[in-house]
Amino acid sequence: MKTIYFDNNATSKTAEEVLREMEPFFCELYGNPSSMHTFGGQISRYIRKARHQVADLLGCDESEVIFTSGGTESDNAAIKGVLAAIPQRRKIITTRVEHPAVLTTCRELANQGYNVVEISVDKLGRLDMDELEKQVDDNTAIVSIMYANNETGVLFPIEEISELVSSRGVVFHTDAVQVVGKMPLNLSKSKIDLLSLSGHKLHGPKGIGVLYIRKGTRIAPFILGGHQESGKRAGTENVPSIVGIGKACEIAGKYIEDENTRVKYLRDKLENGILQSCPDSRINGDKGNRLPNTTNISFEFIEGESILLLLDKFGICASSGSACTSGSLEPSHVLRAMGVPFTAAHGSIRFSLSRYNSEEEVDFVLEKLPPIIERLRQLSPFVAGK
Amino acid sequence: MWEYTDKVMDHFLNPRNVGEIEHPDGVGEVGSLACGDALKLTFKLDQNHRIKDVKFKTFGCASAIASSSALTELIKGKTLEEAAMITNKEIAEFLGGLPEQKMHCSVMGREALEAAIENYRTGGKKKHELEGNVVCTCFGVTDKEIERVIRENDLTTVDQVTNYTKAGGGCGGCKGEIEKIIERVRGEKVTHEVLGPPAKGKKLTNIQKIQLVQQTIDEQIRPALRADGGDIELIDIEGNKVIVAFRGMCAGCRTAEFTLKDVVEAKLREFVTADIFVEEYKEP
Repeated sequence: MKTIYFDNNATSKTAEEVLREMEPFFCELYGNPSSMHTFGGQISRYIRKARHQVADLLGCDESEVIFTSGGTESDNAAIKGVLAAIPQRRKIITTRVEHPAVLTTCRELANQGYNVVEISVDKLGRLDMDELEKQVDDNTAIVSIMYANNETGVLFPIEEISELVSSRGVVFHTDAVQVVGKMPLNLSKSKIDLLSLSGHKLHGPKGIGVLYIRKGTRIAPFILGGHQESGKRAGTENVPSIVGIGKACEIAGKYIEDENTRVKYLRDKLENGILQSCPDSRINGDKGNRLPNTTNISFEFIEGESILLLLDKFGICASSGSACTSGSLEPSHVLRAMGVPFTAAHGSIRFSLSRYNSEEEVDFVLEKLPPIIERLRQLSPFVAGK
Repeated sequence: MWEYTDKVMDHFLNPRNVGEIEHPDGVGEVGSLACGDALKLTFKLDQNHRIKDVKFKTFGCASAIASSSALTELIKGKTLEEAAMITNKEIAEFLGGLPEQKMHCSVMGREALEAAIENYRTGGKKKHELEGNVVCTCFGVTDKEIERVIRENDLTTVDQVTNYTKAGGGCGGCKGEIEKIIERVRGEKVTHEVLGPPAKGKKLTNIQKIQLVQQTIDEQIRPALRADGGDIELIDIEGNKVIVAFRGMCAGCRTAEFTLKDVVEAKLREFVTADIFVEEYKEP
């Protein structure tokens, strides 16, 4: 059975070109870049190249790119690193809809006595800018706000937010794992101090990420025990993955336009087709201000896990914000923060596309999904008749 | 991804007895859209008072649908007395087992059956009502229901109770109360099984006592409070009087008094000595 992969916000296919670029660094070029001999020492050239490729995509200086083990590490390191560097400030500002990599970290810091403020969003998932404006004060160590939401794709006005935070002399971090490669960035012209990205969300390998640290940002080292990554993140470099994320960033830069035209067209076709063929369905999130590849749709009166398992029978991969898929008993914290009624949140499905998807795949899903929705509604006690 | 048995997948993909019987003898409706799963069960009896036909409609995940389907297969042809004996465990076993976090689906099946039988016995007048006092306000679970599930499934931890009934899975505010119910139910069991009186704890030196109090707070009490965003600090010990201060969410919480007596004191009595009493530290 063919797999139709519409779950690219969870993880994405490693590009074949990326894999080919990585291959020599396992059995041939396996030296340690810290070694004195040429065999090892030459490897640092490839790391430099990768750093350059990442910096190119981000529009920043190579020295501002720190390799980590992924988005989650970058988020943890950014927040804890800034708090350690500015111990007199005790307040952290974030949002209610962050990825758990940020939200759980902040809530644990609240247990340790930090004052954590979570800014709310409205029904469309837009940030309450007035509340943010009021909260940023002299006691604030860091503001951490995601660039785009992983569940709904809703974009926050990060340029505006970073201007505001920076004008108050506070460090600003953004989790941009869903954005890099989908939207053009130019960090040298922005006020963002710290930015997290992840390799496997942009067709690179898993287990590698980047923390962008603007020059002059006060942040404590997060892993000790070596000089690597400017002493901020010690440990022998994950050379194959660093080479891989570099190549992935280089390719991603070339596909940004494709993401915003062809992929966006496929997403829109899928979304409109579903809304037309499935009654009692609705979009979650601000339609006019989203990532080009993501749609989050709620189907009333039925439950997300059931939909996913029936889609799975056709090889179709998606995600759900229902309680049952997470093993918790409450639906997605993002949809709840947006005030999406529980009835709709339990039946929410996220489709996230990529440059590897085709129009035939969209058509296939549009053919298979409506009967699944209809079938589950016939089972549901909340649908009258039948 | 959940590891469902083939039987669960079979009953999910090909559910038996879907629908609603017209003019049923009994109707049972449990759960709600808000809770994430709901089940409506209808049945009709034959002249021998056996279940002739039974149908269900379910809103929920694969295991909720499979549990409902399994329930209808289990009770068909049975008298109401026989059907009433079915436990959630039998529903789960019929399906070759359910993931631990999904056991509440089997409990929902048993509850719907109970509600339908009750509806029949009251001549179709009575709708299902909650029995006992509501413990979990997020999911509307009562102490009676929790007690029953603990007994029928031999549960020992709060997490298990949450997996089986959902109680405690929302805001988490009732976890202390669930723990008390577990202790009460298991306490009963102990008195049934244990013959002689429990061995007397040996006398502790002061240092041993302080260490044991601190250890009990660290291992038994703090994790539960942390789960709710709170914390606790040991301030002083004078004889059998232990003075503690609440921190984080617990500070100023209106149920702190309850937590003090029913969680902190109960735990210290269990793990240190039975004559301990706890006071909250007041800022001088």
